[in-house]
Amino acid sequence: MAKVLVFIDNPGQALKKSSLELLTIARSLGESVVAVNGELHDDVARTLGEYGARTLYLPSADDLDDYLVGPKASYLAAAVHASAATVVLAENSAEGKEIAARLGIKLGAGVITDVVAVDPDGTAHKSVLAGSYTTTAKATTPVSVLTVKPNSVTPEPAAPAAAPDSVTVGLPADATAAAARVTARNEKPASGRPELTEARIVVAGGRGVDGNFGPLEDLADALGAAIGASRAATDAGWIGHDAQIGQTGKTVSPQLYISAGISGAIQQKAGMQTAKVIVAVNKDAESPVFEIADFGVVGDLFQVLPQATAEIKKRQG
Amino acid sequence: MKIIVLVKHVPDAQFDRHLTGAGNTTDRSESILSELDEYALEAALQLIEARGGEAAGNKVIALSMGPAGAVNAVKKSLQIGATEGVHLSDEALAGSDAAATSLALAAAIRHLGADAPADLILTGMASTDGETSLVPAQLAERLGLPQVTFAASLELDGGQLTARRDGDTHSDTVEAPLPAVVSVTDQINDPRYPNFKGIMAAKKKTITTLSLADIGVDASQVGSAGSWTAVETAEVRPPRTAGTIITDEGDAGIQLVEFLAAQKLL
Ligand SMILES: Cc1cc2nc3c(=O)[nH]c(=O)nc-3n(C[C@H](O)[C@H](O)[C@H](O)COP(=O)(O)OP(=O)(O)OC[C@H]3O[C@@H](n4cnc5c(N)ncnc54)[C@H](O)[C@@H]3O)c2cc1C
Repeated sequence: MAKVLVFIDNPGQALKKSSLELLTIARSLGESVVAVNGELHDDVARTLGEYGARTLYLPSADDLDDYLVGPKASYLAAAVHASAATVVLAENSAEGKEIAARLGIKLGAGVITDVVAVDPDGTAHKSVLAGSYTTTAKATTPVSVLTVKPNSVTPEPAAPAAAPDSVTVGLPADATAAAARVTARNEKPASGRPELTEARIVVAGGRGVDGNFGPLEDLADALGAAIGASRAATDAGWIGHDAQIGQTGKTVSPQLYISAGISGAIQQKAGMQTAKVIVAVNKDAESPVFEIADFGVVGDLFQVLPQATAEIKKRQG
Repeated sequence: MKIIVLVKHVPDAQFDRHLTGAGNTTDRSESILSELDEYALEAALQLIEARGGEAAGNKVIALSMGPAGAVNAVKKSLQIGATEGVHLSDEALAGSDAAATSLALAAAIRHLGADAPADLILTGMASTDGETSLVPAQLAERLGLPQVTFAASLELDGGQLTARRDGDTHSDTVEAPLPAVVSVTDQINDPRYPNFKGIMAAKKKTITTLSLADIGVDASQVGSAGSWTAVETAEVRPPRTAGTIITDEGDAGIQLVEFLAAQKLL
C-alpha cells in the first residue's frame, strides 16, 4: 500500500481543521504517516492517531522556525526517505507551497498546488486561471507533492484508532547552510474570528465601507464569518493587508461570500469567484460584481447590513 | 551590482483566458508583462539608482523565458528602465511546468553569471497565469541560494539583505547573505510607468536571445518531456451568471436574510 506523508507545521495545542482534512485525504490514498515540526502535545499526538497516522516523524533540530522554508524542506526530504512515502500532502499556505516547491526539487517530484480533491490514483483536481477552468493533473514522477486547499473534504476519524510510533529524523548537516534567517518576529493580535481561507462564510468590504468596517463586523459576528477586504480597503489602511482577497491577496472558496461596497474588479473576482454562493451589496447597479452575484442588492450597505444583522439575530432568537 | 529580474509574458487577465492543445497549456496570444513582475523591476531599479545607477557599473538584466511574443515583456522592461534584456526562447520549452521552468531559468542565470555572478535575482510574488509561486523557491533550491520570498520591503547593506515578510499571524524580519533569490509582493513599492524618454532609450538597448544549446540544457529536460506534472483534463467552468438583483426599498436586508435562509446558509 502506498505510504502518504502529511506535513504538519507547528500544530500547537490542537490540530487545525485543515490538518484533519489532510489526514482524511491521506487515508483515502494509502497508509498515512505524519511529519511534525515544532512542539508535539500529547493531545495532538492522540488526535493524529485517531485520524489514522501510524508513525510520527520529528526533526532532530528544534530551530527550523528560525529560518525561511529551506531547512523545513530538508527535514521533509529526510522524512520522505525514512518513511518511503510516495505522496506528500501539505497545507496550501504561502509557506506550505514553498516548502513543497523546494521539496519537489530535492526529491525529483512533481508538485501540484491549490488542490481541492485527490483521487485514489493520485489524480489531483484544481481550478486555474482565476476559477475559469477546472483541471485534473498528475505528477509523472515516482513521488508526488500536493498542497491541498482548506475546506476540501469533511474530516473523519479513522477506525480503529492506534497510538502512533515516533521516530526522530536526523537533519542533513548543511540543512541551514544557505538559508535566510528570521531575525525578528512580530505576532499579530488574534481577531477571535475564523481564519479567512478556512471560513465557511466570508463578509468582505471595499472602498464603499469608507473606513468603517463596523456593520460588516456585526454581520460577521452574527454569521460566525471571517472578514475579508478588497485591495482598496487594505491600501487605505482600514484593515490589515492579510484580509485582502484577490489576485495578490488570498483566494477563498467559502459556502457564502458577502461582498459589500466592492465594485468587483477582475483582480478581486480572482480571489472569490469559486465561492458557492455570492451575495453583493453595492450602491451602483452597474458594478461588475452584480454580474456574478447570486443575490444582489442595489443599495447602501450602511442601511442593508445592519437590517440584515438585526433580522438574523431575531431569527436566531 | 548586478541584478537579474525575471519577467513573464502572461495572458492579459482583462480578457478571457484559455488553455489550449494536447497539453492544456496557456494560450498566450493576448499577453502582457505580468503586472506582479513590475514590482520586482521597480525594486531592482531603486536598488541600483541608490548605488549610482548604470554610471557606477550597476545593471539590471530583464530575463524572460517564453515563446517569440515573450520578447515583448523584455522590451517593456527595457522601456521601464532595465539595462539589458535576455530572452530565453526555444520550442522545446513549451509546456514546461514549474520544475522544468526553474531548471531552464537556473541554467540561464548561471550562463548570465559566467563572467560575474548576479548579486540578486528578483521575481514577482507569483505569475498572474500559473499563480503557483513555485518558481522562485525552486530556483533558489536549484541554485543553492537563500530564498527570501514575499518580501514587502527590501534593503541591502553590503553583502547582506534584510526584508520584511508579512504572514497571517506574524510579520517577520528576515536576513540573508547575497547572492539570494528574492520575490517581492505588490506592497513593496509603486512601479513606475515607461515614459517617452524610456521608450526612446529602450530602442538602443540590447536584447540577447538564448537557446537551450546556449545554456547547456537538453530538450528532454524541459517542456512537457522534462516536466514532472501533466495536466490531463481541463474543462471550462461555466461562467457565473447573475442571479436575483433587487433595489433596496427599505427591506432589502430582510430579503437578503430570506435568501440566505432559503439557501440553508443560516
Ligand atoms: C497587480 C494588481 C493586483 C491587484 N490585486 C487585487 C487583489 O488581490 N484584491 C483586490 O480586491 N483588488 C486588487 N487589485 C485592485 C483592483 O483592480 C481594484 O482596484 C480594487 O479591487 C477595487 O476595490 P473596491 O472594489 O473596494 O473599490 P472601488 O472599485 O472603488 O469600488 C467601491 C464600490 O463601493 C460602492 N459603494 C460606495 N459606497 C457604498 C455604500 N455606502 N454602500 C454600498 N456600496 C457602496 C461603489 O458603488 C463601488 O462599486 C489589484 C490591482 C492590480 C493592478
